[in-house]
Amino acid sequence: MAEVLVVVESSGGTVKKVTLEMLTLARSLGEPAAVVLGAPGTAAPLVDKLGEYGAVKVYAAESTEIDEHLVAPKATALAQLVKAVSPAAVLIGSTQEGKEIAGRLAVKLDNGVLTDVVELAADGTATQVAFAGSTIVKSKVTKGLPLVTVRPNSLTPSPAAATPSVEQVEVALADTDKLAVVTKRVAEAKGARPELTEASIVVSGGRGVGSAENFRVVEELADLLGAAVGASRAATDSGFYPHAFQVGQTGKTVSPQLYVALGISGAIQHRAGMQTSKTIVAVNKDTEAPIFELADFGVVGDLFQVVPQAAEEIRKRR
Amino acid sequence: MKIVVLVKQVPDSGAERNLRADDNTVDRASANNVINEMDEYAIEEALRLQEAHGGEVTVLTMGPDRATESIRKALSMGPDAAVHVLDDALAGTDALGTSKVLAAAISELAPDLVISGAESTDARGQVMPHMLAERLGFAALTGARKLTVEGSQLTVERQTEEGYEVVTAATPAIVSVWDTINEPRYPSFKGIMAAKKKPVATKSLADLQVPADQVGWAGAATTVLSHSKRPARSAGQKVADSGEGGVALVEFLSSEKFV
Repeated sequence: MAEVLVVVESSGGTVKKVTLEMLTLARSLGEPAAVVLGAPGTAAPLVDKLGEYGAVKVYAAESTEIDEHLVAPKATALAQLVKAVSPAAVLIGSTQEGKEIAGRLAVKLDNGVLTDVVELAADGTATQVAFAGSTIVKSKVTKGLPLVTVRPNSLTPSPAAATPSVEQVEVALADTDKLAVVTKRVAEAKGARPELTEASIVVSGGRGVGSAENFRVVEELADLLGAAVGASRAATDSGFYPHAFQVGQTGKTVSPQLYVALGISGAIQHRAGMQTSKTIVAVNKDTEAPIFELADFGVVGDLFQVVPQAAEEIRKRR
Repeated sequence: MKIVVLVKQVPDSGAERNLRADDNTVDRASANNVINEMDEYAIEEALRLQEAHGGEVTVLTMGPDRATESIRKALSMGPDAAVHVLDDALAGTDALGTSKVLAAAISELAPDLVISGAESTDARGQVMPHMLAERLGFAALTGARKLTVEGSQLTVERQTEEGYEVVTAATPAIVSVWDTINEPRYPSFKGIMAAKKKPVATKSLADLQVPADQVGWAGAATTVLSHSKRPARSAGQKVADSGEGGVALVEFLSSEKFV
Protein backbone atom coordinates (compact mmCIF):
# COMPACT_ATOMS: atom_id res chain seq x y z
CA MET A 1 0.00 0.00 0.00
CA ALA A 2 1.30 3.42 -0.89
CA GLU A 3 2.20 5.87 1.84
CA VAL A 4 0.06 8.91 2.55
CA LEU A 5 2.19 11.75 3.84
CA VAL A 6 0.70 13.70 6.73
CA VAL A 7 2.51 16.90 7.64
CA VAL A 8 2.58 17.09 11.42
CA GLU A 9 1.59 20.25 13.25
CA SER A 10 2.74 20.45 16.82
CA SER A 11 3.16 22.97 19.57
CA GLY A 12 5.46 22.64 22.56
CA GLY A 13 6.01 18.90 22.05
CA THR A 14 2.33 18.13 21.62
CA VAL A 15 0.71 16.92 18.40
CA LYS A 16 -2.12 19.20 17.31
CA LYS A 17 -5.57 17.74 16.87
CA VAL A 18 -5.70 18.47 13.12
CA THR A 19 -2.77 16.07 12.69
CA LEU A 20 -4.67 13.28 14.42
CA GLU A 21 -7.62 14.02 12.16
CA MET A 22 -5.39 13.81 9.10
CA LEU A 23 -3.85 10.50 10.27
CA THR A 24 -7.38 9.15 10.66
CA LEU A 25 -8.21 10.32 7.14
CA ALA A 26 -4.92 8.97 5.78
CA ARG A 27 -5.76 5.47 6.99
CA SER A 28 -8.67 5.34 4.55
CA LEU A 29 -6.36 6.26 1.67
CA GLY A 30 -3.22 4.20 2.30
CA GLU A 31 -0.49 3.79 4.85
CA PRO A 32 -0.13 6.91 7.03
CA ALA A 33 3.39 8.30 7.23
CA ALA A 34 3.83 11.35 9.44
CA VAL A 35 6.29 14.04 8.41
CA VAL A 36 7.82 16.18 11.16
CA LEU A 37 9.48 19.36 9.94
CA GLY A 38 11.29 21.42 12.53
CA ALA A 39 14.26 22.04 14.79
CA PRO A 40 16.38 19.09 15.98
CA GLY A 41 14.49 17.17 18.65
CA THR A 42 11.01 18.10 17.41
CA ALA A 43 9.98 14.58 16.39
CA ALA A 44 11.00 12.52 19.44
CA PRO A 45 8.23 13.62 21.84
CA LEU A 46 5.60 13.28 19.09
CA VAL A 47 6.27 9.72 17.90
CA ASP A 48 4.13 7.87 20.46
CA LYS A 49 1.07 9.99 19.80
CA LEU A 50 1.51 9.70 16.02
CA GLY A 51 1.74 5.91 16.38
CA GLU A 52 -1.38 5.85 18.50
CA TYR A 53 -3.30 7.28 15.54
CA GLY A 54 -1.87 4.90 12.99
CA ALA A 55 1.37 6.42 11.70
CA VAL A 56 3.36 3.49 10.36
CA LYS A 57 6.36 5.66 9.73
CA VAL A 58 7.62 8.99 11.00
CA TYR A 59 9.87 10.99 8.72
CA ALA A 60 11.87 13.48 10.73
CA ALA A 61 13.37 16.34 8.74
CA GLU A 62 15.04 18.28 11.52
CA SER A 63 17.50 21.14 11.34
CA THR A 64 17.89 24.59 12.80
CA GLU A 65 17.52 25.99 9.29
CA ILE A 66 14.11 24.43 8.85
CA ASP A 67 13.05 26.16 12.03
CA GLU A 68 14.70 29.53 11.42
CA HIS A 69 13.35 30.31 7.98
CA LEU A 70 9.74 30.80 7.16
CA VAL A 71 7.91 27.95 5.36
CA ALA A 72 10.23 27.64 2.34
CA PRO A 73 12.61 25.02 3.81
CA LYS A 74 9.64 22.93 4.90
CA ALA A 75 8.32 22.87 1.34
CA THR A 76 11.75 21.89 0.05
CA ALA A 77 11.99 19.03 2.55
CA LEU A 78 8.53 17.86 1.64
CA ALA A 79 9.17 18.04 -2.09
CA GLN A 80 12.28 15.93 -1.62
CA LEU A 81 10.31 13.36 0.33
CA VAL A 82 7.47 13.26 -2.21
CA LYS A 83 9.96 12.54 -4.97
CA ALA A 84 11.61 9.81 -2.91
CA VAL A 85 8.52 7.89 -1.75
CA SER A 86 5.87 8.69 -4.42
CA PRO A 87 3.02 8.88 -1.90
CA ALA A 88 -0.66 8.28 -2.71
CA ALA A 89 -1.51 11.72 -1.31
CA VAL A 90 -0.10 14.57 0.77
CA LEU A 91 -2.24 15.94 3.59
CA ILE A 92 -1.39 19.25 5.24
CA GLY A 93 -3.36 21.18 7.86
CA SER A 94 -5.45 23.99 6.41
CA THR A 95 -3.78 26.57 8.62
CA GLN A 96 -1.92 29.66 7.46
CA GLU A 97 1.43 27.88 7.46
CA GLY A 98 -0.03 24.65 6.09
CA LYS A 99 -1.59 26.42 3.11
CA GLU A 100 1.64 28.27 2.47
CA ILE A 101 3.67 25.07 2.45
CA ALA A 102 1.10 23.53 0.13
CA GLY A 103 1.33 26.47 -2.27
CA ARG A 104 5.09 26.23 -2.48
CA LEU A 105 4.97 22.47 -2.88
CA ALA A 106 2.46 22.78 -5.71
CA VAL A 107 4.85 25.01 -7.64
CA LYS A 108 7.88 22.83 -6.90
CA LEU A 109 6.10 19.69 -8.12
CA ASP A 110 3.95 21.41 -10.76
CA ASN A 111 1.06 19.76 -8.99
CA GLY A 112 -2.51 20.92 -8.40
CA VAL A 113 -3.49 21.93 -4.88
CA LEU A 114 -6.84 22.08 -3.07
CA THR A 115 -7.31 23.98 0.18
CA ASP A 116 -9.91 23.81 2.96
CA VAL A 117 -10.80 20.23 2.19
CA VAL A 118 -13.25 18.59 4.60
CA GLU A 119 -13.40 15.12 3.01
CA LEU A 120 -11.13 13.19 0.68
CA ALA A 121 -12.34 10.00 -1.00
CA ALA A 122 -10.08 7.13 -2.03
CA ASP A 123 -10.44 8.15 -5.70
CA GLY A 124 -9.06 11.59 -4.87
CA THR A 125 -12.37 13.46 -4.93
CA ALA A 126 -12.17 16.24 -2.38
CA THR A 127 -15.05 18.03 -0.72
CA GLN A 128 -14.58 21.70 0.02
CA VAL A 129 -16.88 24.13 1.72
CA ALA A 130 -16.86 27.47 -0.06
CA PHE A 131 -18.39 30.92 0.25
CA ALA A 132 -18.64 31.00 4.01
CA GLY A 133 -20.10 27.54 4.28
CA SER A 134 -22.94 28.18 1.84
CA THR A 135 -21.63 26.05 -1.02
CA ILE A 136 -20.27 22.52 -1.16
CA VAL A 137 -17.76 21.86 -3.92
CA LYS A 138 -16.48 18.50 -5.17
CA SER A 139 -13.12 18.82 -6.83
CA LYS A 140 -10.07 16.90 -7.82
CA VAL A 141 -6.39 17.41 -8.49
CA THR A 142 -5.94 16.48 -12.14
CA LYS A 143 -2.23 17.05 -12.42
CA GLY A 144 -0.02 15.15 -9.99
CA LEU A 145 -1.00 13.54 -6.72
CA PRO A 146 -3.81 14.66 -4.40
CA LEU A 147 -2.17 17.55 -2.54
CA VAL A 148 -4.74 18.93 -0.14
CA THR A 149 -4.97 21.01 3.00
CA VAL A 150 -7.46 19.60 5.47
CA ARG A 151 -9.62 21.91 7.52
CA PRO A 152 -9.35 21.39 11.30
CA ASN A 153 -12.41 19.79 12.92
CA SER A 154 -13.56 18.20 9.65
CA LEU A 155 -13.62 14.69 11.08
CA THR A 156 -13.37 12.95 14.43
CA PRO A 157 -9.93 11.50 15.08
CA SER A 158 -9.93 7.83 16.09
CA PRO A 159 -6.93 5.91 17.43
CA ALA A 160 -5.55 2.81 15.68
CA ALA A 161 -2.31 1.79 17.29
CA ALA A 162 0.81 1.30 15.18
CA THR A 163 4.47 1.27 16.08
CA PRO A 164 6.12 3.73 13.77
CA SER A 165 9.65 3.42 12.54
CA VAL A 166 11.44 6.75 12.66
CA GLU A 167 13.46 7.76 9.66
CA GLN A 168 15.71 10.82 9.70
CA VAL A 169 15.59 12.80 6.46
CA GLU A 170 18.56 14.87 5.37
CA VAL A 171 17.42 17.95 3.53
CA ALA A 172 19.43 19.88 0.99
CA LEU A 173 18.23 23.47 1.15
CA ALA A 174 18.71 26.07 -1.54
CA ASP A 175 19.80 29.65 -0.81
CA THR A 176 16.34 30.87 -1.81
CA ASP A 177 14.89 28.78 1.04
CA LYS A 178 16.72 30.92 3.55
CA LEU A 179 15.65 34.41 2.50
CA ALA A 180 13.14 35.00 5.28
CA VAL A 181 14.59 34.84 8.78
CA VAL A 182 12.45 34.33 11.86
CA THR A 183 14.11 36.39 14.60
CA LYS A 184 11.53 36.05 17.34
CA ARG A 185 8.43 34.04 18.23
CA VAL A 186 6.00 35.55 20.68
CA ALA A 187 3.17 33.60 22.24
CA GLU A 188 0.22 35.76 23.18
CA ALA A 189 -1.62 34.61 26.25
CA LYS A 190 -4.52 32.30 25.66
CA GLY A 191 -3.89 30.64 29.01
CA ALA A 192 -4.74 26.98 29.25
CA ARG A 193 -7.59 27.29 26.77
CA PRO A 194 -7.72 25.14 23.65
CA GLU A 195 -6.75 26.64 20.33
CA LEU A 196 -9.56 28.43 18.57
CA THR A 197 -9.59 26.49 15.29
CA GLU A 198 -9.23 23.13 17.03
CA ALA A 199 -11.59 23.54 19.96
CA SER A 200 -14.71 21.38 20.26
CA ILE A 201 -16.49 24.29 21.90
CA VAL A 202 -16.03 27.99 21.16
CA VAL A 203 -17.56 30.78 23.22
CA SER A 204 -17.42 34.14 21.43
CA GLY A 205 -18.26 37.66 22.42
CA GLY A 206 -19.27 40.57 20.24
CA ARG A 207 -20.06 44.25 20.38
CA GLY A 208 -22.68 43.56 23.02
CA VAL A 209 -19.98 42.58 25.51
CA GLY A 210 -19.21 46.29 25.64
CA SER A 211 -15.64 46.39 26.94
CA ALA A 212 -12.40 44.50 27.40
CA GLU A 213 -13.11 44.06 31.13
CA ASN A 214 -16.53 42.60 30.42
CA PHE A 215 -14.94 39.85 28.32
CA ARG A 216 -14.27 38.00 31.58
CA VAL A 217 -17.96 37.00 31.42
CA VAL A 218 -17.24 35.31 28.10
CA GLU A 219 -14.05 33.75 29.44
CA GLU A 220 -15.76 32.45 32.54
CA LEU A 221 -18.35 30.55 30.54
CA ALA A 222 -15.65 29.32 28.14
CA ASP A 223 -13.57 27.95 31.01
CA LEU A 224 -16.55 26.17 32.53
CA LEU A 225 -17.20 24.47 29.17
CA GLY A 226 -13.52 23.80 28.43
CA ALA A 227 -13.92 26.05 25.40
CA ALA A 228 -11.78 28.42 23.37
CA VAL A 229 -12.67 32.10 23.40
CA GLY A 230 -13.46 33.91 20.17
CA ALA A 231 -14.55 37.41 19.29
CA SER A 232 -16.41 39.10 16.47
CA ARG A 233 -14.73 41.70 14.32
CA ALA A 234 -16.76 44.41 16.03
CA ALA A 235 -15.27 43.29 19.34
CA THR A 236 -11.67 43.05 18.13
CA ASP A 237 -11.88 46.34 16.20
CA SER A 238 -13.15 48.01 19.36
CA GLY A 239 -10.16 46.62 21.26
CA PHE A 240 -12.25 44.40 23.54
CA TYR A 241 -10.21 41.31 22.66
CA PRO A 242 -7.00 40.60 20.68
CA HIS A 243 -7.30 40.29 16.90
CA ALA A 244 -5.78 36.80 16.99
CA PHE A 245 -9.11 35.56 18.34
CA GLN A 246 -11.33 37.04 15.67
CA VAL A 247 -13.82 34.63 14.13
CA GLY A 248 -15.21 35.58 10.75
CA GLN A 249 -14.60 36.26 7.10
CA THR A 250 -11.40 38.17 7.83
CA GLY A 251 -10.45 36.10 10.87
CA LYS A 252 -10.46 32.46 11.78
CA THR A 253 -12.92 29.93 10.46
CA VAL A 254 -14.11 27.59 13.16
CA SER A 255 -16.26 24.51 12.95
CA PRO A 256 -16.72 23.26 16.51
CA GLN A 257 -19.35 20.92 17.95
CA LEU A 258 -20.80 23.86 19.88
CA TYR A 259 -20.56 27.58 19.17
CA VAL A 260 -21.84 30.02 21.75
CA ALA A 261 -22.40 33.57 20.46
CA LEU A 262 -22.73 36.21 23.16
CA GLY A 263 -23.73 39.74 22.21
CA ILE A 264 -23.01 39.01 18.55
CA SER A 265 -25.56 40.25 16.04
CA GLY A 266 -24.50 37.75 13.39
CA ALA A 267 -23.45 39.96 10.50
CA ILE A 268 -22.41 38.02 7.40
CA GLN A 269 -18.78 38.85 8.21
CA HIS A 270 -19.11 36.82 11.41
CA ARG A 271 -21.33 34.05 10.06
CA ALA A 272 -18.71 33.32 7.42
CA GLY A 273 -16.38 32.12 10.14
CA MET A 274 -18.71 29.97 12.21
CA GLN A 275 -21.82 28.83 10.39
CA THR A 276 -20.61 25.30 9.79
CA SER A 277 -20.54 24.76 13.57
CA LYS A 278 -22.58 21.71 14.54
CA THR A 279 -24.70 23.35 17.22
CA ILE A 280 -25.08 27.08 17.67
CA VAL A 281 -26.54 28.90 20.65
CA ALA A 282 -26.86 32.64 21.01
CA VAL A 283 -27.63 35.24 23.63
CA ASN A 284 -28.55 38.68 22.36
CA LYS A 285 -30.81 41.41 23.62
CA ASP A 286 -32.09 42.21 20.13
CA THR A 287 -34.76 39.72 19.17
CA GLU A 288 -34.24 40.66 15.49
CA ALA A 289 -30.50 39.86 15.52
CA PRO A 290 -29.67 37.68 12.49
CA ILE A 291 -27.67 35.31 14.69
CA PHE A 292 -31.01 33.85 15.82
CA GLU A 293 -31.67 32.68 12.26
CA LEU A 294 -28.80 30.22 12.70
CA ALA A 295 -29.11 29.39 16.35
CA ASP A 296 -30.41 26.03 17.47
CA PHE A 297 -31.18 27.69 20.75
CA GLY A 298 -31.39 31.41 21.40
CA VAL A 299 -32.02 33.50 24.46
CA VAL A 300 -33.29 37.02 23.93
CA GLY A 301 -32.00 38.89 26.92
CA ASP A 302 -29.19 40.75 28.64
CA LEU A 303 -26.07 38.63 28.42
CA PHE A 304 -24.87 40.03 31.75
CA GLN A 305 -27.93 38.45 33.37
CA VAL A 306 -28.15 35.30 31.30
CA VAL A 307 -24.49 34.24 31.14
CA PRO A 308 -23.61 34.51 34.85
CA GLN A 309 -26.81 32.63 35.63
CA ALA A 310 -25.86 29.93 33.13
CA ALA A 311 -22.38 29.72 34.67
CA GLU A 312 -23.92 29.34 38.12
CA GLU A 313 -26.25 26.64 36.85
CA ILE A 314 -23.37 24.69 35.29
CA ARG A 315 -21.48 24.81 38.58
CA LYS A 316 -24.57 23.62 40.45
CA ARG A 317 -24.92 20.60 38.19
CA ARG A 318 -21.39 19.39 38.77
CA MET B 1 11.11 51.84 -3.80
CA LYS B 2 9.17 50.23 -6.59
CA ILE B 3 6.06 48.52 -5.25
CA VAL B 4 3.55 46.28 -7.00
CA VAL B 5 0.22 45.69 -5.25
CA LEU B 6 -1.82 42.64 -6.22
CA VAL B 7 -5.51 43.39 -6.52
CA LYS B 8 -8.15 40.75 -7.15
CA GLN B 9 -11.73 41.40 -8.06
CA VAL B 10 -14.04 39.14 -6.09
CA PRO B 11 -17.78 38.75 -5.57
CA ASP B 12 -18.85 40.84 -2.58
CA SER B 13 -18.69 38.63 0.50
CA GLY B 14 -21.52 40.65 2.00
CA ALA B 15 -23.99 39.44 -0.62
CA GLU B 16 -25.07 36.06 -1.96
CA ARG B 17 -22.31 34.35 -3.95
CA ASN B 18 -22.75 31.52 -6.40
CA LEU B 19 -20.89 29.23 -8.70
CA ARG B 20 -22.15 28.90 -12.25
CA ALA B 21 -24.16 25.84 -13.14
CA ASP B 22 -22.42 25.31 -16.50
CA ASP B 23 -18.70 25.45 -15.68
CA ASN B 24 -18.52 25.66 -11.86
CA THR B 25 -16.69 29.00 -11.97
CA VAL B 26 -17.56 32.02 -9.86
CA ASP B 27 -20.75 33.59 -11.14
CA ARG B 28 -19.51 37.11 -11.75
CA ALA B 29 -22.54 38.20 -13.74
CA SER B 30 -24.94 37.90 -10.81
CA ALA B 31 -22.47 39.12 -8.20
CA ASN B 32 -21.60 42.54 -6.94
CA ASN B 33 -17.92 42.56 -7.97
CA VAL B 34 -15.61 44.44 -5.65
CA ILE B 35 -11.95 44.72 -4.71
CA ASN B 36 -10.98 41.89 -2.40
CA GLU B 37 -11.24 43.59 0.98
CA MET B 38 -7.81 42.49 2.21
CA ASP B 39 -6.23 44.05 -0.90
CA GLU B 40 -7.37 47.51 0.22
CA TYR B 41 -5.05 47.09 3.21
CA ALA B 42 -2.26 46.09 0.83
CA ILE B 43 -2.84 49.25 -1.25
CA GLU B 44 -2.87 51.39 1.90
CA GLU B 45 0.39 49.87 3.11
CA ALA B 46 2.02 50.49 -0.27
CA LEU B 47 0.88 54.12 -0.27
CA ARG B 48 2.22 54.67 3.24
CA LEU B 49 5.60 53.25 2.21
CA GLN B 50 5.60 55.49 -0.84
CA GLU B 51 4.82 58.51 1.32
CA ALA B 52 7.71 57.64 3.65
CA HIS B 53 10.29 56.40 1.17
CA GLY B 54 9.25 57.65 -2.26
CA GLY B 55 9.07 55.47 -5.35
CA GLU B 56 6.08 54.29 -7.35
CA VAL B 57 3.11 52.03 -6.75
CA THR B 58 1.66 49.88 -9.52
CA VAL B 59 -1.54 47.85 -9.21
CA LEU B 60 -1.47 44.41 -10.84
CA THR B 61 -4.71 42.59 -11.61
CA MET B 62 -5.49 39.48 -13.59
CA GLY B 63 -9.13 39.22 -14.53
CA PRO B 64 -11.82 39.68 -17.14
CA ASP B 65 -12.90 42.97 -18.70
CA ARG B 66 -15.04 44.01 -15.81
CA ALA B 67 -12.04 43.93 -13.46
CA THR B 68 -11.33 47.39 -14.91
CA GLU B 69 -13.84 48.81 -12.41
CA SER B 70 -11.79 47.45 -9.52
CA ILE B 71 -8.56 48.69 -11.06
CA ARG B 72 -9.96 52.25 -11.32
CA LYS B 73 -11.24 51.98 -7.76
CA ALA B 74 -7.80 50.88 -6.58
CA LEU B 75 -6.14 53.72 -8.48
CA SER B 76 -8.51 56.22 -6.89
CA MET B 77 -6.89 55.47 -3.54
CA GLY B 78 -3.59 56.78 -4.90
CA PRO B 79 -1.38 54.29 -6.82
CA ASP B 80 0.38 55.67 -9.90
CA ALA B 81 -0.45 53.10 -12.57
CA ALA B 82 -1.88 49.66 -13.19
CA VAL B 83 -1.28 46.55 -15.24
CA HIS B 84 -4.30 44.49 -16.24
CA VAL B 85 -3.57 40.98 -17.43
CA LEU B 86 -6.47 40.29 -19.74
CA ASP B 87 -6.82 37.34 -22.09
CA ASP B 88 -9.78 35.16 -23.04
CA ALA B 89 -7.55 32.12 -22.65
CA LEU B 90 -7.33 32.82 -18.90
CA ALA B 91 -10.89 31.60 -18.22
CA GLY B 92 -10.74 28.54 -15.97
CA THR B 93 -7.24 29.21 -14.65
CA ASP B 94 -6.56 27.71 -11.21
CA ALA B 95 -4.19 28.93 -8.49
CA LEU B 96 -1.13 27.24 -9.97
CA GLY B 97 -1.76 28.81 -13.38
CA THR B 98 -2.56 32.20 -11.87
CA SER B 99 0.78 32.19 -10.09
CA LYS B 100 2.50 31.51 -13.39
CA VAL B 101 0.83 34.49 -15.04
CA LEU B 102 1.30 36.89 -12.13
CA ALA B 103 4.94 35.86 -11.73
CA ALA B 104 5.55 36.68 -15.40
CA ALA B 105 3.87 40.07 -15.01
CA ILE B 106 5.81 40.84 -11.81
CA SER B 107 9.11 39.88 -13.46
CA GLU B 108 8.44 42.39 -16.19
CA LEU B 109 7.75 45.14 -13.64
CA ALA B 110 10.87 44.21 -11.62
CA PRO B 111 9.67 45.65 -8.29
CA ASP B 112 11.54 45.78 -4.98
CA LEU B 113 8.42 44.83 -3.14
CA VAL B 114 5.14 43.08 -3.92
CA ILE B 115 2.29 43.54 -1.44
CA SER B 116 -0.91 41.49 -1.44
CA GLY B 117 -3.79 40.75 0.87
CA ALA B 118 -3.21 37.67 3.04
CA GLU B 119 -6.12 35.93 1.36
CA SER B 120 -9.01 36.60 -0.97
CA THR B 121 -12.52 36.48 0.41
CA ASP B 122 -13.68 34.13 -2.36
CA ALA B 123 -11.15 31.30 -2.48
CA ARG B 124 -9.42 31.97 0.87
CA GLY B 125 -6.54 29.77 -0.27
CA GLN B 126 -3.62 31.84 1.09
CA VAL B 127 -1.37 30.07 -1.39
CA MET B 128 -0.60 32.84 -3.87
CA PRO B 129 2.15 34.86 -2.11
CA HIS B 130 4.27 31.78 -1.51
CA MET B 131 3.59 30.40 -4.99
CA LEU B 132 4.88 33.69 -6.39
CA ALA B 133 7.87 33.77 -4.07
CA GLU B 134 8.72 30.24 -5.14
CA ARG B 135 8.55 31.15 -8.82
CA LEU B 136 10.35 34.49 -8.51
CA GLY B 137 12.98 33.57 -5.94
CA PHE B 138 11.70 36.43 -3.75
CA ALA B 139 11.57 36.32 0.03
CA ALA B 140 8.03 35.86 1.33
CA LEU B 141 6.95 37.62 4.50
CA THR B 142 3.33 36.64 4.83
CA GLY B 143 0.43 37.23 7.18
CA ALA B 144 1.80 40.57 8.35
CA ARG B 145 0.10 42.78 10.89
CA LYS B 146 3.03 45.23 10.86
CA LEU B 147 5.66 46.08 8.26
CA THR B 148 8.74 48.25 8.68
CA VAL B 149 11.26 49.12 5.99
CA GLU B 150 14.82 50.28 6.56
CA GLY B 151 16.70 50.65 3.31
CA SER B 152 16.37 47.30 1.59
CA GLN B 153 15.63 45.45 4.84
CA LEU B 154 12.05 44.48 5.64
CA THR B 155 10.70 43.39 9.00
CA VAL B 156 7.20 42.11 9.60
CA GLU B 157 5.19 40.91 12.53
CA ARG B 158 3.49 37.80 11.21
CA GLN B 159 0.27 36.74 12.92
CA THR B 160 0.37 33.09 13.98
CA GLU B 161 -1.95 30.73 15.81
CA GLU B 162 0.03 31.28 19.00
CA GLY B 163 0.71 35.00 18.70
CA TYR B 164 3.19 36.47 16.28
CA GLU B 165 6.63 35.98 14.76
CA VAL B 166 9.10 38.67 13.79
CA VAL B 167 10.45 37.85 10.33
CA THR B 168 13.02 39.77 8.30
CA ALA B 169 14.28 39.65 4.74
CA ALA B 170 15.90 41.84 2.14
CA THR B 171 14.19 43.02 -1.03
CA PRO B 172 13.04 41.83 -3.47
CA ALA B 173 10.25 40.38 -1.42
CA ILE B 174 6.54 39.70 -1.30
CA VAL B 175 4.60 40.72 1.79
CA SER B 176 1.01 39.71 2.45
CA VAL B 177 -1.04 41.65 4.96
CA TRP B 178 -4.01 41.08 7.24
CA ASP B 179 -6.61 43.73 8.01
CA THR B 180 -4.89 44.38 11.34
CA ILE B 181 -2.06 46.27 9.63
CA ASN B 182 -3.67 49.65 8.93
CA GLU B 183 -6.90 51.48 8.20
CA PRO B 184 -7.35 51.93 4.43
CA ARG B 185 -8.13 55.46 3.24
CA TYR B 186 -11.28 56.32 1.37
CA PRO B 187 -10.71 57.61 -2.16
CA SER B 188 -11.07 61.39 -2.30
CA PHE B 189 -13.06 63.10 -5.05
CA LYS B 190 -9.77 64.32 -6.45
CA GLY B 191 -8.42 60.79 -6.30
CA ILE B 192 -11.43 59.45 -8.19
CA MET B 193 -11.03 62.08 -10.91
CA ALA B 194 -7.27 61.49 -11.14
CA ALA B 195 -7.73 57.72 -11.40
CA LYS B 196 -9.52 58.13 -14.71
CA LYS B 197 -6.37 59.50 -16.28
CA LYS B 198 -3.84 57.13 -14.77
CA PRO B 199 -2.15 54.70 -17.15
CA VAL B 200 -3.54 51.15 -17.23
CA ALA B 201 -1.44 48.84 -19.39
CA THR B 202 -3.22 45.78 -20.73
CA LYS B 203 -1.10 42.67 -21.11
CA SER B 204 -2.04 39.51 -22.96
CA LEU B 205 -0.54 36.07 -22.39
CA ALA B 206 1.52 36.60 -25.54
CA ASP B 207 2.86 39.88 -24.13
CA LEU B 208 3.96 38.01 -21.01
CA GLN B 209 5.24 35.06 -23.00
CA VAL B 210 3.11 32.59 -21.08
CA PRO B 211 1.93 29.75 -23.35
CA ALA B 212 -1.88 29.68 -23.46
CA ASP B 213 -1.98 25.91 -22.95
CA GLN B 214 -0.36 26.30 -19.53
CA VAL B 215 -3.28 28.31 -18.18
CA GLY B 216 -7.07 28.37 -18.50
CA TRP B 217 -9.07 25.17 -18.70
CA ALA B 218 -6.33 23.45 -20.70
CA GLY B 219 -3.59 24.09 -18.18
CA ALA B 220 -5.57 23.68 -14.95
CA ALA B 221 -4.09 21.24 -12.45
CA THR B 222 -7.35 20.96 -10.54
CA THR B 223 -10.96 20.65 -11.61
CA VAL B 224 -14.30 21.29 -9.94
CA LEU B 225 -16.51 18.26 -10.55
CA SER B 226 -19.74 19.62 -9.11
CA HIS B 227 -21.15 21.97 -6.56
CA SER B 228 -24.30 22.32 -4.52
CA LYS B 229 -25.82 24.72 -2.04
CA ARG B 230 -25.49 23.70 1.54
CA PRO B 231 -28.94 23.53 3.10
CA ALA B 232 -29.48 26.78 4.99
CA ARG B 233 -29.52 26.47 8.74
CA SER B 234 -32.94 26.82 10.16
CA ALA B 235 -33.64 28.76 13.30
CA GLY B 236 -34.26 26.61 16.34
CA GLN B 237 -35.90 27.54 19.58
CA LYS B 238 -35.82 31.13 20.78
CA VAL B 239 -36.83 32.08 24.30
CA ALA B 240 -37.12 35.50 25.88
CA ASP B 241 -35.31 35.83 29.18
CA SER B 242 -37.70 36.48 31.97
CA GLY B 243 -35.28 35.69 34.74
CA GLU B 244 -34.57 32.06 33.89
CA GLY B 245 -32.80 32.46 30.53
CA GLY B 246 -29.45 31.23 31.84
CA VAL B 247 -31.02 28.11 33.32
CA ALA B 248 -32.90 27.46 30.07
CA LEU B 249 -29.64 27.78 28.16
CA VAL B 250 -27.91 25.22 30.37
CA GLU B 251 -30.97 22.98 30.09
CA PHE B 252 -30.52 23.00 26.31
CA LEU B 253 -26.74 22.44 26.55
CA SER B 254 -27.38 19.56 28.91
CA SER B 255 -29.92 17.97 26.57
CA GLU B 256 -27.24 18.12 23.85
CA LYS B 257 -24.70 16.59 26.26
CA PHE B 258 -22.42 19.64 26.36
CA VAL B 259 -22.85 20.04 30.10
